[in-house]
Amino acid sequence: MTEFFQSLGMNYEWAWFVATIAGILLIALPLMLGVAMIIYMDRKVWAAINLRRGPNVVGPFGLLQSFADGLKVFLQETIIPSAANKGLFIIAPILTFTVALLAWAVIPFGPEAVLADINVGLLYIFAVSSLGVYGVVISGWASNSKYPFFSAMRASAQMISYEVSIGFIMVCVVLWAGSFNLNEIVLAQKGHGLGFVNGYFFNILLFPIFVMFFISALAETQRVPFDLTEAESELVAGYQTEYSSMSFALFWLGEYANILLMCALMSILFFGGWLPPVDWEPLYVVPGIVWLLGKIVFFFFMFSWVMATVPRYRYDQLMRLGWKVFLPLSLFFVFAVSGWLMLTRFAA
Amino acid sequence: MIHTLAFYLFAVLVIASGAMVVLARNPVHSVLWLILAFFNAAGLMVLVGAEFIAMLLVIVYVGAVAVLFLFVVMMLNIDFAELRAGFIRNAPLGAVIALILLAELVLGVGAYRVGIIELGTPDGSAAPLLGESNIENIGALLYGRYLFLFEMAGIILLVAMIGAIVLTHRESRAHRAHQNIGKQVARRPDDATEMKRPEVGQGVEL
Repeated sequence: MTEFFQSLGMNYEWAWFVATIAGILLIALPLMLGVAMIIYMDRKVWAAINLRRGPNVVGPFGLLQSFADGLKVFLQETIIPSAANKGLFIIAPILTFTVALLAWAVIPFGPEAVLADINVGLLYIFAVSSLGVYGVVISGWASNSKYPFFSAMRASAQMISYEVSIGFIMVCVVLWAGSFNLNEIVLAQKGHGLGFVNGYFFNILLFPIFVMFFISALAETQRVPFDLTEAESELVAGYQTEYSSMSFALFWLGEYANILLMCALMSILFFGGWLPPVDWEPLYVVPGIVWLLGKIVFFFFMFSWVMATVPRYRYDQLMRLGWKVFLPLSLFFVFAVSGWLMLTRFAA
Repeated sequence: MIHTLAFYLFAVLVIASGAMVVLARNPVHSVLWLILAFFNAAGLMVLVGAEFIAMLLVIVYVGAVAVLFLFVVMMLNIDFAELRAGFIRNAPLGAVIALILLAELVLGVGAYRVGIIELGTPDGSAAPLLGESNIENIGALLYGRYLFLFEMAGIILLVAMIGAIVLTHRESRAHRAHQNIGKQVARRPDDATEMKRPEVGQGVEL
């Protein structure tokens, strides 16, 4: 895109600057629209599974429901509790929202369509997603109220536990792909399964890792069955209890942007990202972004499906699953994957 | 130009947030400023081309260590008056530490001006690979020349971990109810409930 702005008569620095700003807007604005639509989809899927109709009043098929909700929230009054720590109370939702958007900088939407094609892309995503916990912890503490504080405590323990196994899972994929760059990871999956399936899921060693990643992603984004941070039957609404109006909406948007990010990450790490599902020439005519979006929507459907069917975990079960099941299992798979690669790829 | 701007932005933020760690009255605010300092230090590392170290700094320190730190500080019930009362008493000790740190800084700058630090072996086997990413360079150094030191660091961390577990582990004499997760998962409705069809006026015997 820098070349395009240079052809308009700008020098390189300005063209780069304008191109970067344009790229950020090109990602962030459709992402916000996508979040609005995905919330609608989420509610429709739950409704279908619960044999209800779901939102169907605002706009055709209720498509504009999220925008109506957004408008409602925007017009509400922002209430800041008098005993709250004012500065941090306001910063927390902004932080959650910003961090949720930050990670999208390195997601490749196509062979060339990536804002920052850095060689530590996956580490960057891991680093930025580990910052997400601060929004929850700070809001819980700054609210100066019991339930948000409990929620913050739970969130910090939960997210650290599952980040450990997510880290090991990423290491397995990186070992197989031989790169931290997301575009190279996608390209390494071309024709991986039996010579024609694009994706690491078609691999006996990597499929169990994918299943673990899916479950850890549910825990990392605090979706049901791991939504103990906002368990409404125990903690009112968890860390969001004291929030209202736009500050609440920012949490909401950030949460869904994070879920979309995890879906995108699953499709990039295990399902070939912007590659078509099968390595067949005519399928490459369809632009890569269509395949990526299709995979994201598919995984999001799985997330909603889980949410509508699975009851919430107990906290001790959550911790046990993270530390006693996923950590040893993912460590074992790091060992198994690297051993297999040493045998087959680097044997000579 | 943008490099210089970014450097001064990060550097000013590191120093300012470092100062705020000391000056902030509320310990939780101090920890948050410390986190901001870590984050901006990572920005500085990106600028010198050590993006791998920068990401590790964010993942390990900001993402994990500082969260636990924040967790502990939030849980502690800190008495601000008592904290401020200890200032005068601890001031001489603080001054000594500050002097030692200053001496180290001066020494470090002096050593740096003598020449660059030699990292690889003379025959070039584990020397930084020019033109390769710094992940590969660090890998080549850690698992080549510094393999022994690297493994020793691992052993030391293991010992520290086991030590911490041993220190905090308390064998309780009292009977504790343990949960058998396998048993809980294997439980089926048929094991837990029983279908009874009592006659009218008969009731159920439990």
